[in-house]
Amino acid sequence: MDVLKYADTTGEKLVLMVIAVLLFVVVMGLVLFATDKIKRLPAWAVATAFLAPAVLGLAFGLVWPALETIKKSFYDRSGNEFVGVDNYVKAVTQDEFQIVLRNTAVWVVVVPLAATAIGLVYAVLVDRSRFEKFAKVLVFLPMSISMVGASIIWRFVYEYRPVLEGVPAENQPAQIGLMNQMLVWFGLEPQQFLISPPLNTFFLIVVMIWIQAGFAMTVLSAAIKAIPDDIVEAATLDGLGGLRMFRYITVPSIQPALVVVITTIAMGTLKVFDIVRTMTGGNFETSVAAFEFYRQSFVQRNTGMGSALAVILFILVTPLVVYNVRQMRKSEENR
Amino acid sequence: MSAVSTEATIDRKAKLTRLEKRAIATKGKLSSPWASFAAIVIAALWTIPTLGLFITSFRPEADIVSSGWWTWFSNPNVTTENYDLVLNGSSTNLATYFVNSFVITIPSVLIPISLALLAAYAFAWIPFRGRNLLFVAVFALQVVPLQIALIPLLTTYVKWGLNGTFWTVWLSHSIFALPLAIFLLHNFMKEIPSSLVEAARVDGAGHVKIFFQVMMPLLVPAIASFAIFQFLWVWNDLLVALTFAGGTANVAPLTVRVAELAGTRGTEWHLLSAGAFVAIVVPLIVFLSLQRYFVRGLLAGSVKG
Repeated sequence: MDVLKYADTTGEKLVLMVIAVLLFVVVMGLVLFATDKIKRLPAWAVATAFLAPAVLGLAFGLVWPALETIKKSFYDRSGNEFVGVDNYVKAVTQDEFQIVLRNTAVWVVVVPLAATAIGLVYAVLVDRSRFEKFAKVLVFLPMSISMVGASIIWRFVYEYRPVLEGVPAENQPAQIGLMNQMLVWFGLEPQQFLISPPLNTFFLIVVMIWIQAGFAMTVLSAAIKAIPDDIVEAATLDGLGGLRMFRYITVPSIQPALVVVITTIAMGTLKVFDIVRTMTGGNFETSVAAFEFYRQSFVQRNTGMGSALAVILFILVTPLVVYNVRQMRKSEENR
Repeated sequence: MSAVSTEATIDRKAKLTRLEKRAIATKGKLSSPWASFAAIVIAALWTIPTLGLFITSFRPEADIVSSGWWTWFSNPNVTTENYDLVLNGSSTNLATYFVNSFVITIPSVLIPISLALLAAYAFAWIPFRGRNLLFVAVFALQVVPLQIALIPLLTTYVKWGLNGTFWTVWLSHSIFALPLAIFLLHNFMKEIPSSLVEAARVDGAGHVKIFFQVMMPLLVPAIASFAIFQFLWVWNDLLVALTFAGGTANVAPLTVRVAELAGTRGTEWHLLSAGAFVAIVVPLIVFLSLQRYFVRGLLAGSVKG
């Protein structure tokens, strides 16, 4: 059976992939064939056949592990000794974890607001302009790039070359990162943007804003286009224009979409760990809950603490999701 | 008949002029130099970082370390050596990881969509007891952040001797995608007029037939948009791959390897820049060519209506 487990060469991998897909197709095909051919099958039996794979998968892959993790969060690092709420107490009292929670709070406030604001402003600015499509693609494009890729792109922007002591300015090594070169052009000292807290957290946050603004722009742009023409027309007749149109007509009209965008980005932000891992490895006081979960679980081998952080994440995400769903229901009813 | 169509034309004309008016109003707004300036600044900030790394990936190593990428415009040396090195060089070998990404992604897109289609159909069109309750339960699972499921799943996979194989990655990605996929596809299926389904039923079609012959053709756009989503999400994923695939050349996808390079060779920009673009190019192609569906899915998923 090892043949089916491990693949070394490209050919083997592709064959394995085809086998996996075929296996799946055959099993599903059999289920469907059986439900179709057996006459007078009651509705519940068909429903079971259709639902069973998904429901079993979810029970195995999400429900049971989540319960297990909640349990583990009350145990020590090896998972053997019950320690009550110790892990949670540590998470809120110890300095290193307080920094993590503080950073998480900063991320979840700054990223959604900034990304949404930029996305909204840009959507309004390019709306119905001649280059609208192209302009939108430029800002939307980072959405398709992995966070690892985006992190590398921005690490290059922040790249720092040390300043040599006692060497005249014209003989200093050239800065190859754009930000530091700009500083040099303005006659300032180049900085190590990713090293010094607390500002380095904001330089990481920039990456997430850069990725998410396109999402905000796309959704909000659709909402702006859906504002009824007569409202805009009436406002124009009343002499509203420019900023006041934006403030009194555009923003109130798209409020439900704004809420959905902000909460969606906030949910994504809470779970972000790739950016922190790739940019700083969580060092220099830049860690956030989702990354600290990973570090505690898989690097420090502290399962109890890792689980507690995962549960904290869960607790933080839940109200956002619930609120988001409520808003969605509301706008659906209003339709 | 003709009266109706004339009315429609008039209506359309009125609408057109309204649109035109609005376009004129917008033009007035955009002619403000500050507004145009702001738009250009944002567009530049969103484009230049990527452009800089892209140019760097084609510059010779000696140039990269001695001058910024913007000097390339006055000294345009171009080489593909970085790509050759990063794809085939024994220490980076991204070509292998590229295959892994591909092998991981295809089943991880196909399987959850098929499962979700079946489940969504059952929730939308087969009446059974406890249907609403179960649907809400599945929907609620969107709350669960992946992090909370990883450790127990890993323990199980290790127990089964499956860790570090494609199977665990396929299985995990498929399961994690289900709540959202079922929810979205269910919404689309609900919107199909019941008269269509009734008609098929009168013709003697069973659920399987209705599923394949009535639902599927109408759902193609919805399936496409979710497939793009899932594709980008799986291709760009780091967390799941890192946890279940490990870092071996046999299973680990591009994201894992590129992130590793960033850690160990963080200053070798000739490798990092080319590596980043090897990882970016496929999602970029998918995104640019299927953008319409992607946006449609985005709008269906976040703002209903």
